[in-house]
Amino acid sequence: MFKLIQRLVTTICLLCLLVGCAAYTPQNTLYDKLGGEAGVEGIVSGLIKQIGQDKQIFHYFADASISRFRTQLTGHLCAITDGPCKYTGDSMTDIHTGMNITEKDFNHLVDLLINAMNLQGIPHRIQNQLLARLAPLRANIIYI
Amino acid sequence: MLRIISLIFIVVSPPVFAGNGKLLATPGVSQIEGSGGGGLVPWAQLAGYASQDEIAANAFCSQTQLSDVRLRSCGAQLNLYDRVELSVAQQNFRINALDTSIGQNIVGVKTRLYGDLVFSTWPMLSLGMQYKHLNDTAIAQALGAKDTTGIDWYLAASKLHLGAVAGYNLFWNVTARRTDANEMGILGFGGPHQDTRLQWEASTAIFFSRELAVGIEYRQKPDNLGLKEDNWSDIFVAWLPNKSVSITAAWLDLGTVAGNENQKGPFFSITGYF
Repeated sequence: MFKLIQRLVTTICLLCLLVGCAAYTPQNTLYDKLGGEAGVEGIVSGLIKQIGQDKQIFHYFADASISRFRTQLTGHLCAITDGPCKYTGDSMTDIHTGMNITEKDFNHLVDLLINAMNLQGIPHRIQNQLLARLAPLRANIIYI
Repeated sequence: MLRIISLIFIVVSPPVFAGNGKLLATPGVSQIEGSGGGGLVPWAQLAGYASQDEIAANAFCSQTQLSDVRLRSCGAQLNLYDRVELSVAQQNFRINALDTSIGQNIVGVKTRLYGDLVFSTWPMLSLGMQYKHLNDTAIAQALGAKDTTGIDWYLAASKLHLGAVAGYNLFWNVTARRTDANEMGILGFGGPHQDTRLQWEASTAIFFSRELAVGIEYRQKPDNLGLKEDNWSDIFVAWLPNKSVSITAAWLDLGTVAGNENQKGPFFSITGYF
């Protein structure tokens, strides 16, 4: 029995090495469902464009470096959707402390993110899954 | 009381209400007693799109046309900083067989105790009160109701789970109501067969898009008059295309109402957000 399990585990590991892990099986993670690297980059670009044209919340970003924001957000979204990245940026609390972001402005950013996902052609059901992953972050973003 | 609240609505002029900081569709619609909720059940959410830093005002009208009875209800809500909801409603209930109408006024207060519909870990929790004043008391008194005014207290818990059902957002609400109202108060309060006061109500819905929800509601009711008063249920479609208007269509099953059996039919409701 023990040997059988050992052999099974070895086989699975080999298979994983040969197929799964190396080829990064598509459509498995939320990252893939968002269109992988290109998809996430598209969403982030769309969001940056929206923020740039937005009267309500642009002021929060006025002094931010766009290229840094782009890199960090892309990495964060990749990590949070089980993509092949590790988020190395600052914590949500560190980034947002002192900005005193209101509930209204936070929700407005959610709306802009939804717009960006719509523009990128992300289906409604996939959008909800990304929003579900991001929702717990709110406590470390608003009114701090 | 009704006059004072109406005055608040008039004095605080519309331009002040820019409250639109909530996410689309998350406030729900207006229930027939005036509170923010579904069609029949008050929910934990406060009516209107005001966020914690805003004020919002809304007005609604609903009509339900059943086989032998008809209920019209119009009213308004004021949302103060997403903490307190004040509501007024005027109901007109028509019984075809008696060729008569019964009017009732309701003033409601609801306060959010904890949480956010979407973002808090635990469900949002609110405590509410509805003060009901029956204007046409003859039928209620003839049937043996003890009072013509009454107060309902309710505790409501609601939550929206993002992407929970095959990627669609799932909403649910459970409300515990302490009431002795007969048919919501239309037939007075209390009676010879005084029933248990604690009643349970529940709703659930799936959002098929940001704007469209399809759901069901259930509302338990006491039978204080011994008239075989039934529990209520409905299936509804709510369309919330923007933060200015919502439209709800439902199919109601109210069972036996004021001696009229098998009362089923359509319900329509519209809420405008200022």
